[in-house]
Amino acid sequence: MTTLDATTPRAAPPSAPPRVPRPARQARHRGRSWRPTLLTYGLLTAFLLGSAFPLYWQALVGSRESTTAFDSTPPLLPGGNFFSNAQRVFDQVRFWKALSNSLIAAGAITLSVVLFSTLAGFAFAKLRFRGRNALYVFVIATLAVPTQLGIVPLYILMAKYGWVGHLQAVIVPNMVTALGVFWMRQYLVQAVPNELIEAARVDGCSMIRVFWHVCVPAARPAAAVLGVFTFVMAWNDFLWPLIALNPENPTVQVAIDQINTGFSKDFSLIMTGTTLATLPLIIGFIFLGRQIVAGIMQGAVKG
Amino acid sequence: MAATTIATPTRRLTVKQRLSRLDVKLSPYLYIAPFFIIFALVGLFPLLYTAWVSLHRWSFGSDKPDAYVGLHNYQRLWHDELFWNSLKNTVSIFLISSTTQIVLAMLLAVLLNEQIRFRTGFRIALLLPYATSLVAVGIIFSNLFGDQFGLINNILGWFGLNGINWHTDRLPSHLAISTMVNWRWTGYNALIFLAAMQTIPKDLYEAARIDGANTWERFRYITVPMLRPVIIFVVITSTIGGLQIFTEPRMFDPIPGTGNGGASHQFQTITLLLWQEGFRNFHLGYAAAIAWALFLIIVAFAIANFFVVRRISSAEAEEQ
Repeated sequence: MTTLDATTPRAAPPSAPPRVPRPARQARHRGRSWRPTLLTYGLLTAFLLGSAFPLYWQALVGSRESTTAFDSTPPLLPGGNFFSNAQRVFDQVRFWKALSNSLIAAGAITLSVVLFSTLAGFAFAKLRFRGRNALYVFVIATLAVPTQLGIVPLYILMAKYGWVGHLQAVIVPNMVTALGVFWMRQYLVQAVPNELIEAARVDGCSMIRVFWHVCVPAARPAAAVLGVFTFVMAWNDFLWPLIALNPENPTVQVAIDQINTGFSKDFSLIMTGTTLATLPLIIGFIFLGRQIVAGIMQGAVKG
Repeated sequence: MAATTIATPTRRLTVKQRLSRLDVKLSPYLYIAPFFIIFALVGLFPLLYTAWVSLHRWSFGSDKPDAYVGLHNYQRLWHDELFWNSLKNTVSIFLISSTTQIVLAMLLAVLLNEQIRFRTGFRIALLLPYATSLVAVGIIFSNLFGDQFGLINNILGWFGLNGINWHTDRLPSHLAISTMVNWRWTGYNALIFLAAMQTIPKDLYEAARIDGANTWERFRYITVPMLRPVIIFVVITSTIGGLQIFTEPRMFDPIPGTGNGGASHQFQTITLLLWQEGFRNFHLGYAAAIAWALFLIIVAFAIANFFVVRRISSAEAEEQ
């Protein structure tokens, strides 16, 4: 974050001495950038309200009576019905089951993706072996492959082995991603000095100890970012869990869908459900926001 | 030989112990094995197996095909109005969302690139939609865009405007779904553009300014060409994701359980049709044909995208 901030533009450094036409140009530049700044804040605030409003709206509707969503002049402030609505959500669907399922599935997927991506990324970045380049080209080629489209045979396989309706049906197909391997490899290429690996080998470290004591500590920042993204993706995944699970054993997304599917829609109930479903990630985001922003931006520059 | 060891000093070590040498030789393969094995089993194999399933009549709940039907499913697909309808809807939603999204993300990145206060706060807040669940977003926007009592139509009513049939009419429904997509992804892509903007050397702008280029010209002839690789990246990822759009149109439907994508299929996308055929109508063979067709469409789009974007930006670079 700090390194990125250091490179943000500072309009013409004030202490640049010798160039002759500097003062005039700087003044002109300042004069120009004053008005855009007001405009900048105005537009940014508009974007900000736009991204926050739907989230506020769900909390607003979710905390009032069921008719609120249809009022012609809706209220501006939340009401006091959130907890009674939440109780109705818990009565109607297996929300706690769904929450623990989502935590377990997203957690297991995250651990697995981070571990296997770091292992493979380390091998591709730092170890030499026959076929390395060809195999890495394969990884890159599969980055763009929409594996989601394999759901029909995947379902047939899961049904055959009796996994449908069980959590492993959601976990196993998501245990590795090509993007994860690509991401870790790009990071580890520059994060682990070759001399360090050589020194560890000279000291008699086995390869797995080199991985554990040299690579893993260096990989931590990138692994954390990969972990956050994998978790968000796994938590929000819907198409496959909808197919592979059932209302008795749902994830949060499947449970919310179930509330929404009823014929007469009670929007305060539904919005309480969506609020409950988004809350865990939003709380996590507020705490980790800085790192996540930095992660996206670093990833963009390397990719 | 040298290709199998890490680096030169290890060769001295490997003669010490055959075990250690084996370790060095085998470890790389052991480290990449989990990825390749799991990916082959749950990623690649199902995708290829889809082609095999698509050549059969295969009912739901059976682990064997009912009958080999050759290309029958593809013939049916070719004559299926719902498939062409869903293809049109998918491309329409994708084009509306991706073009506006790239423009908005670029604008947002330019704004964030200025010397603003609360820089990190703005960035985090603009990324918040990315963390929101798609199912929730679909429900919220479907409510906001309600045809009769939705907030958006209410607001239009305050200004004496007629409400828009966001759900029943085709184009408005595509606009509403695109809004949903953009709401979630604009901030994210803006951060990617912003990061790339910050790597552009400042002297380029300084030189252009001396040459008398105004703000727009500097953006057009420096920023855009320098962002070329990132733009290609964003366009290709949004193509792959956008053509598989499922959750947004499904949750936008007032009766989401059917997978119809609106009463007259006005916003049914290909993946929604795939899900409906496979897991509502239980025609797995036909669903597999749809999946395979979509796969080919995505590949075609990704390749076309790559060349178009490269052509456009290199033309710009030459103009410069």
